Order: sequence, then C-alpha cells, then structure tokens
Amino acid sequence: MGRSKWLHVPFWATYVFLYVPIIVLVVMSFNSGKSAYTYEGFSLKWYGELAQDERIRDGLVNTLIVAVGSTALATVLGTLLAVGLVRHTRSKTLDAFALMPAVLPDLVLAIGLLVFYGMIQLTLGLYSVILAHAVFSMAFVAAVVRTRLTNADTSLEEASRDLGAGPVVTFMKVTLPQLAPGIIAGALLAFTLSLDEFVIAFFTIGNTEQTLPIVIYSMIRFGVTPKINALAAILLLVSFTAVIAGQRITKIGESRATD
Amino acid sequence: MSPSRGRRLGAFVFLSPGLTYLVVLLLVPLVLVLSYTLFQRGRFGGVVYEVTGENFSRLLDPLYLGVVGTSLKLAGLTTLIALLLGYPTAYLIAQLPRKWKTVALVAVVLPFWTNFIIRVYAWIILLNGPGLLNSGLKALGLGPYELLYNQGAIVLGLLYSYLPLMVLPLYAAIERLDPQLREASANLGASGFTTFRKVTLPMTVPGVLTGCLFVFVPSFGNFVIPEMLGGGKSIMVGNLIRTEFLRARDWPFGSTLALALVAVLVVLLIAQSWAARRG
Repeated sequence: MGRSKWLHVPFWATYVFLYVPIIVLVVMSFNSGKSAYTYEGFSLKWYGELAQDERIRDGLVNTLIVAVGSTALATVLGTLLAVGLVRHTRSKTLDAFALMPAVLPDLVLAIGLLVFYGMIQLTLGLYSVILAHAVFSMAFVAAVVRTRLTNADTSLEEASRDLGAGPVVTFMKVTLPQLAPGIIAGALLAFTLSLDEFVIAFFTIGNTEQTLPIVIYSMIRFGVTPKINALAAILLLVSFTAVIAGQRITKIGESRATD
Repeated sequence: MSPSRGRRLGAFVFLSPGLTYLVVLLLVPLVLVLSYTLFQRGRFGGVVYEVTGENFSRLLDPLYLGVVGTSLKLAGLTTLIALLLGYPTAYLIAQLPRKWKTVALVAVVLPFWTNFIIRVYAWIILLNGPGLLNSGLKALGLGPYELLYNQGAIVLGLLYSYLPLMVLPLYAAIERLDPQLREASANLGASGFTTFRKVTLPMTVPGVLTGCLFVFVPSFGNFVIPEMLGGGKSIMVGNLIRTEFLRARDWPFGSTLALALVAVLVVLLIAQSWAARRG
C-alpha cells in the first residue's frame, strides 16, 4: 500500500470537506451571542427560542403532512406499477417512462406542474405539493420494489393458484408479504425525499402555506441567526439517526433473508 | 375467463393507476411546457396563444448564451473537482477491510441525507465576511476577503451537495474489479501508475461516466445554490428559469430555457451511453 500513500490526501480531504461545515454549524448553535458566525460562549437559549417559533412549528407540521400524504400515494401506486411492469409487460418504453420522474431535473418537473396547475386552475396549497411529490416518489418506490420482485420466487404464487386461491387472494396473502421489505424500504425512501424536497414544493405550494425547507430558505434570506443553526443541528441529528437506523434495519433484513 | 384475458386484466389492474397518474401529472405538464415555447407572453403574465419563434431567437441573445455558458462552466468545474477528489476516495474505500468499508461509505452518504438547504446554509456561515474562514485568515494576518457571493462559492456549494453522488458509482465500479488483474499487471513489471492507467482506469470508465453525470445533472440545473451562495444574480440557467416563472411571469420564455436545459442533458446522456458502450 506504500506506493498509494499520496492517495490518502484526497481521501481525508473528502471527509474533512464533508464534515467541517456540519461541525461548525452544530458548534455555532450553542452560541450565547447573537451572531451566527462568532462564538461567544455556551448557551442553549437558541433551542428555547426555536421551540417557541410558530412559523417553524407550522412548517414542520406542513412538511409532515406532505410527506405522509405523498408517501402513502406513492407507495400504493409505485408498488402496483412495479408488479405490473415486472409481471405483466415487457415494454421497455413503459419501463423508461415509469423511471423518468427520478431522472428528470426537479426544476423542470416543478415548472411543468406549476403550468399544469395554472391551466386547470387548481388553488395551490399542501395538496398540490402532495400530488407533486408523489410523482417522483412513485418512481423511487417502483424502482425499489422492482428489484425485490425480480429476485422473488414465483413458485409460491403458483402453488397458491394451484391450491385454488384466486388472483386477489394470492396477491394479498402471498405476493404482498413477500414484497413487504421492499415496499417498506421504498416508502422510507419516499418519506425522506419528501421531507427534504425544496424546489418542487417552492413552485407548487402557492402563497398561503410553507414547508419547513421553505421556512428555512426564507429565514436565511432575511438574515442568519443562531436560531437557524439550532434548527439545523436538530435536523442533522434526526437524519443521522434515521440513516444509521435504516442501515441497521436493512442489515438485519439481509441477514434474515440469507438465513 | 381465459388465461390471456386474465393476464390482460392483471396488466390493466396493476399498470393503469400508476401510468394514468404519470400521464396526467408528468406527461401532460411536460407537453404543456413544450408547447409554451412556441407562444408569446401576455402583457400581464399569462400566455397568448399565437405561434412565434421569438423565444428561440431570444435564446440566441449573447446575454442568455452567456448564462448557458457559465452554467456549463460551473457544473463542469464542479464535476471535475468531484472526480479528482472522489476517485482516490472511492479507490481507498474499496481497499479497506470489510467493516471499515461500511463505515466509510455511510460517512460519505450521511451528509447527503441531511436537509439540502441546511447544507448550503452551512457554507454561508463558513464563508461570510465575519465567518470562520475569514477569522482563520485574520489570525494569519490576511484578509478579510469577500469569499461569498461569487462563482467560486457556487462551485464549492455544488461540490459539497453532490460529491457523494460521485463517490458511490465510482466505489461500485472499483469494488467490482478483479484484484488479480492488478496483481498480474504488477507481476509483469508495470509500475503502480502504469497499472492504474492501463488496467484500473479503463475498466472503471463506466463508473466514472455515471458519477460525472450524477454530479453534472443536478449542478447544471440548480437555482438554489447560485441564489444562496452566488448572491441572487442571474448566473445560471436555473436562476433565469426561476425568475421567468416566479418574477418576470414570462412563462413561454421560461419554458424555452427549460427546454434548452433538458436538451443539453439529453445530449450528455446520449454521449454517456455511447461512451460507455465503446469503453
């Protein structure tokens, strides 16, 4: 390995680059002073102020409503679509079409939906964001469920049919339980993507409501305060816990699957 | 019910809800945007349905071509730096013992799963006038410099946001390499660098192309990062589109800009799949 010693420089540079901004953000959230940049001493006061900020609380509630709504919609539609694409068609065009929202630039989908909502004169609000988020989430759910489906054993379904179960019973009692880990993984992915999504929500939410990313965005435009740092620190903690928990869950799932 | 009719019914039950949804909320909106490129803006926003080529000739205005050029430059620079940082990182991760491999990979992805706006905000804190970097420079007797609100800050923000998308496909490509190939090359007397140039690099070209695409695509169409770190001027195509749709209310020209954006990306996709097939 001696010869590739110089490779360690970009390797560590990558990790320093990825983590220094996060560490600075968290340290600054405990700042007792008013500045978001200069550290004056330890304090938790910005966390207290955060808890009392109604705009942030409303934004958080809206974000959760949108995430739950779009995830539910995307999970049902995406799962059905995955089953249909794997079992009921060989069309490459349909395949590509179903995956398209996942690769399309978010800005293009955002303006498309804005134009479309304008055309049908839909009043913008949380539900227009739910419908919008489900478009790309569905593609991700379908992609995750598909991988599970192509690896699944069809003999169980055949056995169920041979024993006289109808297609509906077979789907509910055999196919769905087999796909469950894939569906859960897809739903989690859809949920996380929706929580974090900014561009499409920004274009399709209208003027009356705001999701949390939009609240943060407009707070920053009015000037940075340690309150945003405190919010950032909490969000970082939540997503880090979620990713590590997700990692653990898939590991357990994998080891069970191979047993 | 005959089996073929049953199959067709199954196809209908499973495929129609999702596909209908995508036709209404993806295909129709995209076709609308595409058709808007041919129309004129109304005097108070809105669209006048009279066919015109004006939007396309306006696109060729040096002002707008310049913005497209700047977007290409900044996204290209970001992609290049991401590759130079990401390749060695992915290469070393692939050499790590199994347990550390997972840790190193999760550590690369972790920032990517945190809120996008927050990640960009972190750079405002670092680069701002009285921010940490300037304080550090001051301690060395330098500065203060205006580090924020320029093109360098945009590249930094784009790199920070999308670097993980470079490392992951590169890692997948390097991991798949058979270590015996490298051993054989070394046994035949090739130096480490020659082995890299003649064996490792050519065999990981598809991974390189995928990583570059993953970084370039979201960088090129970005409007949030240039707005937050570039000072809100119309620097990249994304900013222009955003302005045309939400401020200037010129939807036809905004649509034309969006079409130009997608066209550039489609050309790149075709080039990528062509290069991957040859490589």
